[in-house]
Amino acid sequence: MSAISLSAGAGAGDSAPQAAAAERAQPRRHHWYRQPALIAGIVIIGLILLAVIAAPLLTSWNPDTQNLNATLEGFSAHHWLGTDQEGRDTFARLLYGGRVDLQVAFIAVLFPFVLGTILGSLAGYFGGWIDLIIMRLVDIVVAFPFFVLIIALVFVLGPGERSIYIAITLVGWVSYARIIRGEILVAKRQEYVLAAQSGGLSNLRIMGRHLLPNVITQAIIYAMSDIVQDILAIVTLSYLGLGIQPPAADWGTMISDGQNFLTTHWQLTTIPGLVVVVTGLGLSLIGDGLADLLRPGQ
Amino acid sequence: MGRMTFVFRRLLLLVPTVLGVTIITFFMIHLIPGDPARTILGIHATPRAIAILHREWGLDRPLASQYWLFMDRLVHGNLGTSLYYGVPVAGLVTSHLPATLWLICYAAVIAIVISVPLAMIAASRKDAVRDHIVRAVPLLGLGMPAFWLALILQTTLALKFRLFPVSGYGTGFTGHLHSMFLPALTVAIALCPVVIRSLRASMLNVLGADFVTTARAKGVPGPRLFIRHVLRNAVIPAVTVMGINIGFLIGGTLIVEQVFQVPGIGQLMINSIFQRDFDVVQAVALVFGVGVVLVNLLTDVAYASLDPRVRFDR
Repeated sequence: MSAISLSAGAGAGDSAPQAAAAERAQPRRHHWYRQPALIAGIVIIGLILLAVIAAPLLTSWNPDTQNLNATLEGFSAHHWLGTDQEGRDTFARLLYGGRVDLQVAFIAVLFPFVLGTILGSLAGYFGGWIDLIIMRLVDIVVAFPFFVLIIALVFVLGPGERSIYIAITLVGWVSYARIIRGEILVAKRQEYVLAAQSGGLSNLRIMGRHLLPNVITQAIIYAMSDIVQDILAIVTLSYLGLGIQPPAADWGTMISDGQNFLTTHWQLTTIPGLVVVVTGLGLSLIGDGLADLLRPGQ
Repeated sequence: MGRMTFVFRRLLLLVPTVLGVTIITFFMIHLIPGDPARTILGIHATPRAIAILHREWGLDRPLASQYWLFMDRLVHGNLGTSLYYGVPVAGLVTSHLPATLWLICYAAVIAIVISVPLAMIAASRKDAVRDHIVRAVPLLGLGMPAFWLALILQTTLALKFRLFPVSGYGTGFTGHLHSMFLPALTVAIALCPVVIRSLRASMLNVLGADFVTTARAKGVPGPRLFIRHVLRNAVIPAVTVMGINIGFLIGGTLIVEQVFQVPGIGQLMINSIFQRDFDVVQAVALVFGVGVVLVNLLTDVAYASLDPRVRFDR
């Protein structure tokens, strides 16, 4: 796709011993439990998921119940992380807010994944004018900064979860389309595809049964970092009042609500933000670990 | 293919992309549920005001003719009229543009100042403890909401330690430099993970090159080797990475401008969203889109003319 390319002069002498070393290391690192990054990521995300799913067991407070007699309380045995300006329990809001954010993020990543994979497969497999149209479309969407387009789209569609799904799908599919197209361009010249073609299998069957299972890995690895981006988008939209609508708890709304009390009650804004950072770290570690596991030697 | 042919072809490719950007911004109005004019003007709008808006946007005409009207206005420098401020949008955008450009350039400089030493530390000994630490830090930055970091920096460095102004743009060069430090730092920290990763990779690449081995064999001391031979050759890919990520960089300025009350087009866009000022939101999205396309073009051309190894095939 790129119009310019760099001649592989630099570092060429280095790659041979590296590849050999990677090959030697491969059998040992091929097991998922030998990937420290993957393990760390799974533990972090596992704990967060467990906490938000088991929220009713971990706290007896309702995240939306206001108590104007107990506003802006500090840490206590009663309210572990204190209360906000409306007397709602911060720990409960953190857990139930996580439910909403993570659920929306995990669903939101599916739509662009599917759409991008389909369009990328079509572009890569058929080439010609289909490829031309799809890739021009990719160029146009990529021209807009991610947040600018997401915020503008949610603004015109109206705030709420439905708009988040639509906006993320319309903007997010391009990365998957690029990745899958690139992979298919290489894979379609392999012998097993040529064999399937000369065997008279339909294009749909070749794409679905033979090509996709071989190229989908890269898209799955990318999806991990994409969820991080989606969580950031959801939290940012909620911070601006365009995302998850009150009274539902959500990490972005919590940061936004707490910002007026930052100098006196730092925990209201700092803790939800830290939880977002740790969630992002966990997902990035899983993505890195998966990349090492699924494409060894790179 | 010669260098000029490459630039010319790249310029030609620009045309469909820029047209596409205008089509997307044009279609935004049709994504508004129900009657856009009624939604924008609110429930208390008079039928006359709605009719005027319909006529201005050409909503009563066929779609193709609406787009033609939109493009006709655009090429005449008319981005519409702000419903909230009651002035031409083009003037609003140009008066808010300098602050955003300042922020983007400042952030890019800070990102380079942070990333280059860190990438050098990591690349100087691959897979050592320091390498692992430098590689782990970006993972933390990737999931960090920019507005949250902005709030934390604002509270600690501005409110508590009073090192920098809490908000604003400042006056004069040193005023801007002082006032915009925290916003630029926030944007830079968001950008660093990407730059550190690619800079480290390209430095490792250069470190394995023959000319570095030759320099080492000649007895060039470590620091000199790094600065004269490695850094100079690793910077070109890093600049390209910055160019490619300009969209990300610009997107980051949006929220950060809002938190620090920097009078740029990002803040203009967010404020216009709250005021349901559709023309302004549309215009800023268009400016951002076209801006990114132009920067990508400049990056490609600069890369092609800086690096003699670039081939102009395909």
